Amino acid sequence: MNSFWALVRRDLRLAVREGGAIGTALGFFLIVVSLMPLGLGPDLNLLARIAAGILWIALLLAALLSLNRIFEADYEDGTLDVLATGHLPLELVATAKSLAHWLTTGIPLALLAPVLGILLNLDLASYPILVGTTFVGTPAVSFLGAIGAALTVKARRGGLLLALVVLPLYVPTLIFGISAVSAAAGPAGMGAAFLILAAISLAAVVLGPIAAAAALRIQLQ
Amino acid sequence: MQTLTQQLANPTRFMDLSARVLPWVAGIAAALIVYGLYLSFFDSPADYQQGETVRIMYIHVPCAWLSMMVYGLIAVSSFGLLVFRHPLADVSAKAAAPIGAAFTFLALLTGSLWGKPMWGTYWVWDARLTSVLILFFLYLGLIALRAAFEDESAGAKLTAVLALVGVTILPIIKFSVNWWNTLHQPSTDFTATVDPSMRWPLLVMALGFTLLFFAMHLKAMRNEVLRRRVKAMRTQAVAGRDRLATQPAE
Repeated sequence: MNSFWALVRRDLRLAVREGGAIGTALGFFLIVVSLMPLGLGPDLNLLARIAAGILWIALLLAALLSLNRIFEADYEDGTLDVLATGHLPLELVATAKSLAHWLTTGIPLALLAPVLGILLNLDLASYPILVGTTFVGTPAVSFLGAIGAALTVKARRGGLLLALVVLPLYVPTLIFGISAVSAAAGPAGMGAAFLILAAISLAAVVLGPIAAAAALRIQLQ
Repeated sequence: MQTLTQQLANPTRFMDLSARVLPWVAGIAAALIVYGLYLSFFDSPADYQQGETVRIMYIHVPCAWLSMMVYGLIAVSSFGLLVFRHPLADVSAKAAAPIGAAFTFLALLTGSLWGKPMWGTYWVWDARLTSVLILFFLYLGLIALRAAFEDESAGAKLTAVLALVGVTILPIIKFSVNWWNTLHQPSTDFTATVDPSMRWPLLVMALGFTLLFFAMHLKAMRNEVLRRRVKAMRTQAVAGRDRLATQPAE
């Protein structure tokens, strides 16, 4: 377990000291969200109605941009080979790296989402729910994304391919993330959709690393 | 005593068997589809609500059924490749993916052509339509992922991993979009709700299309086996030439 946390700490330290990576994702998030009103027109009522959807989609795209960082650098400089021959199972290596991705990308994006809600005239009552769903949903984004990142580590044209592979997997997260926000306004409340979103995240935390490790093993042979 | 799958692990045996089976499958498929088309266009009534457009269903339903069955076949083949290392499993998965994508596309296309007169729109973001569209994206992902690797065997195994991930996530996608919005009618599963005069042509067409898929799949698998043989022979030829070229120096 020590080596697991050491690996998480290493990835966090790398993300902080390299700089740029977190900032780029946040900047991309900001720009996509501010492009939306330019395309849709500055009608505040319309924007308020679709704000949650825009924020979620922009968040997914921003996270997608940073996914290849999970394994690529470590594959290129050979660190991944060392990790694969070490005593820590590859599944836990994948877990540690996905966790580090969530901490350095998922959480900052989730924190920025409500701030960008101001730009979209998001209803004030929706703020806590939006924060809740993004926090609960972003682990699924990182851990499902790790599958795609692992599958395309060695591929040509990795970036576009990663999007094609990963975005279909994000559909349930997106649907329940948004329906939790919109259901909160209705009579039924957000309970069910929110719990399902949590279930998807938990399942992704378990299944993502297993599939990612299988994909890495094939390529490290 | 070997099972059939074990025997087929030998490509030569597969080529022998498939060469014998293929004409039959293709012939029966052609006969069934011709008969089914006759039934669906000339020998079945127009629907009291849908009118003549109901005839689109005789193409649409078999395509939709195949779009799912082919993914199931790819998943089983992928499992066979990753767990049992069956040499034909990857050939089967590779051959099935483009055919499955084509049937999925046809299901979407015929459905949308039917939707215009019936629902008044070519496309709605309904649960069934959305989940089939995502299934189509998954097929594209499988094809693109395989194409992105220089090393064929690594590409094959990675595609197999993605196919299996897709299997676990497809029910979730299906379930999530069901919750989200619904217009498409539920499946009749060939049950009593369909009048016999329409059920019969539908069954014939479904069977014909399934056999058509198997005929195309077998043919594509044979082509893939032959392509690999050609590739192996070329590599051998090049290796042989290199050996000849280096011999005098030794």
